[in-house]
Amino acid sequence: MKLIFEKSVEGRHCASLPKNDVPEFELGDELRRSHPPRLPEVSENELSRHYTSLERRSFGVNSGFFPLGSCTMKYNPKVNEDIAKLEGFTEIHPLAPVNSVSGCIEVLELLKKLLLEITGMDNLTLQPSAGAQGELTGIMMIKKYHQSRNDNRDKIIIPDSAHGTNPATASMCGMKTINIPSNSEGRVDISRLKEVAGEDTAGLMLTNPNTLGVFEKDVLEITDIIHKSGGLNYFDGANLNAIMGVVRPGDMGFDCVHLNLHKTFSTPHGGGGPGSGVLACKEVLSEFLPYPNFFNTSDFYKTEDIPEKSIGRISGFYGNFLVYLKALCYILSLGKTSIPLSAKTAVLNSNYFKNLLSKKYNIPFPNDCMHEFVISMKDEAKNKGVTANHIAKMLIDRNIHPPTVYFPLIVKEALMIEPAETEAKELLDEVAEIFLEIYDIAMNDPEMAKAAPINTEISQPDEVLAARKPVLNFYDEENVDV
Amino acid sequence: MYNYLPSTDSQKSEMLKSLNLKSIDELYSSVPHHLIVENLDIPEGISEFELVSKMKDIANKNTVFATVFRGAGAYRHFIPSIVKHSVSKESFVTAYTPYQPEISQGILQSIFEYQTNICELTGMDVSNASVYDGASAAAEAVSMCRNNKRTKALISGTVDPRVISVIKTYCDAADAELVVFGEKDGLSDLDSLVEMLDETVSSVYIQQPNFYGLIEDCVRVSDIISKSGAKFIMGVNPIAMAILKTPGEVGADIAVGEGQPLGMPLSFGGPFLGFMASKRELLRNLPGRIVGQTKDKNGKRAFVLTLQAREQHIRRDKATSNICSNQALCATTASAYLAAMGPNGLLEVAKQCLSKAHYLKDKLTDLGFSPVYKGEFFHEFLTYSPVPTNIVLEHLEKHGILGGLPLGNRILWCATEVNTRQEIDRMVALLAEVVK
Repeated sequence: MKLIFEKSVEGRHCASLPKNDVPEFELGDELRRSHPPRLPEVSENELSRHYTSLERRSFGVNSGFFPLGSCTMKYNPKVNEDIAKLEGFTEIHPLAPVNSVSGCIEVLELLKKLLLEITGMDNLTLQPSAGAQGELTGIMMIKKYHQSRNDNRDKIIIPDSAHGTNPATASMCGMKTINIPSNSEGRVDISRLKEVAGEDTAGLMLTNPNTLGVFEKDVLEITDIIHKSGGLNYFDGANLNAIMGVVRPGDMGFDCVHLNLHKTFSTPHGGGGPGSGVLACKEVLSEFLPYPNFFNTSDFYKTEDIPEKSIGRISGFYGNFLVYLKALCYILSLGKTSIPLSAKTAVLNSNYFKNLLSKKYNIPFPNDCMHEFVISMKDEAKNKGVTANHIAKMLIDRNIHPPTVYFPLIVKEALMIEPAETEAKELLDEVAEIFLEIYDIAMNDPEMAKAAPINTEISQPDEVLAARKPVLNFYDEENVDV
Repeated sequence: MYNYLPSTDSQKSEMLKSLNLKSIDELYSSVPHHLIVENLDIPEGISEFELVSKMKDIANKNTVFATVFRGAGAYRHFIPSIVKHSVSKESFVTAYTPYQPEISQGILQSIFEYQTNICELTGMDVSNASVYDGASAAAEAVSMCRNNKRTKALISGTVDPRVISVIKTYCDAADAELVVFGEKDGLSDLDSLVEMLDETVSSVYIQQPNFYGLIEDCVRVSDIISKSGAKFIMGVNPIAMAILKTPGEVGADIAVGEGQPLGMPLSFGGPFLGFMASKRELLRNLPGRIVGQTKDKNGKRAFVLTLQAREQHIRRDKATSNICSNQALCATTASAYLAAMGPNGLLEVAKQCLSKAHYLKDKLTDLGFSPVYKGEFFHEFLTYSPVPTNIVLEHLEKHGILGGLPLGNRILWCATEVNTRQEIDRMVALLAEVVK
């Protein structure tokens, strides 16, 4: 498919603007750029077709089964999209006077109340724009908490099953990461945790259920060990969908939690964002929350007079408002009964699907899985050369989005599968058959597996070449020979 | 109650039976029993119809001003319908990060096109796939310049105070120093910059146009910085880039900015778009996703996420940023907007911003709202207010006009291509009433 720049014809127009109705002002030449940007020149029809073609080459939750582990690809309700397009929300300037934005403030306060109840926390900020920024906010607050007590703790304890964002976040806050291994059940090794927790422990970052899908049943002991050492507990909410409304991070001994509203609370992921990474905390961390925190003052925008204990501002304004607005709509729709019911249905779907796949696939940590589970292709890779990636590519040929591959790192040749609650039983039956069939095909004819996908527009792009000779924009090609 | 759960009760029973379970609750046996929430204290769910009417009621509690003369980091521009339709397509909206290139060529190509557009606007060599907003882009840029020897970052006092705040938050967390240098006549005080530059300075951040709307002398800034070994980061308004000298032309090392003016509505501050581009030699320091062009096994052009060795999922605690999700759909919006406008359309937007802001300034000056600074400006300018600002602005608000942003006894005004001469004249007539 052509790039939009390849469709460009000099002098072609699309958008129309009104004629300038005031005297033209000319800037001096010394201030002006010498050449215009080489932006595309296309007609509206061409532009429309271009994006239609691009859409056809994309795969969303609407396209088919999307069991991408730890990403919670549940159905994204359309009504929430419509609500987020209401002019009463989209046309509001973030620095408009407070008395003109009472609807926005109502959104913030309603959502705050609901999320605090669901997390069991005391206060929160909606500023973080993604899970990773929520993590950053949480660890900044934990750092500031210790600093405020003249305590130089600088170690963050992170299990080896954690997402890469956890150690990267700790580093951004000048903290050192202490990795602790998982035990044979795929859970935190408590004796190792006791050894490493001490007077330099700033905190623990834990995902629960963890990335193997296993609930840390000793969670109260774990959080207690950290508290007794003087550290604080951070809950990575990436997997909250398993326990939403069933059990609360605040009741498990956690001092703060980030939520991925674009996972658990159904806001669409947009091909990589915008998301929303709300950070909720207990009272002990409340005064360290980012500024501004909700609308207590009438002139909040006139000053950057940030309270001394606050970590400061994390977003230019108040985070991704239209995104968390959709999460509010979702929670209001589901309510008291269906919030926990959705979590439980996700867990049921996952266990049901795991059971179907276990007929052929190896699941190294099969017990107590919640909303997701992890397959290992280690033996198949060794014996037949059939890897997790081969299975992933074969699924693509059957219009199934592959699971997360090669994560968590503690499982060799991992395929991490999360069938969300919005999938029906008969669909799970159908796709399980495909998974099993593919397994047989791959084992009987590994070469066929290695050739996949064959039904796609492109197949097996050369990632080494991409990294070795980076061509990162259209006009690069003039300089670099691919 | 509307819960989007498809399986029927009898299907669920079958599923449980296949697992030898009596109830779903048994799947929670590893959760300490006393922690299970008995009575979640939130309201019962509502139907789609009730939801829509409730949310419309809430939206109607906001005031939508027919006329806006306020910018200060969030700008009202014309957004062609084709832009909104292009990016509302379901497979863009509901896709995840394009980890699987074979079924994500559409998203990957749209990001590649976005990267090209950003490079063209800024005159830089390489762009990432976006970060959260302009302020976090600025903070990430400052972080990527820091090293063990150069730990101090300088930033001009003429930068948007909210951007300075976010950078400071990131610097504080990393125990790094951020020093704000002074301003003179509304512009960065370059004499004080010269004095402060030493071998510990990692980067210097200048905003173009600056918070007061004034056009900084970035050629001179670049000249000063180039001898010091520090990196020059320019925070730019993307619409102004159609007309002003680019970061590439003045010799900046990194360009960042708030991409909201490129087709995104005001939306109470988000989602917006942080864009980030640099010279090629800084490529491996850029945070976030980057899309690259390559060939597939049959030699066909293909796009992939590339240079991932920089990122958190590979480098873990050695990564300099933790970003993974970004603002991909907003990047697509910006690309669709730039394609809809084209080079001539974008230039026309920029020219009209410039002309209308100058027309507005002349009219306001005549009324006694005298400009605070004399420097050349783009589409924003600061004036004194002859009467208290709250009286001025409340009078305008009563007539459906959101006036400029009050800053003490001064007002920061903004005009864009959507402000007609008639609107400007009407506002000026209303202001004449309060000035009398």
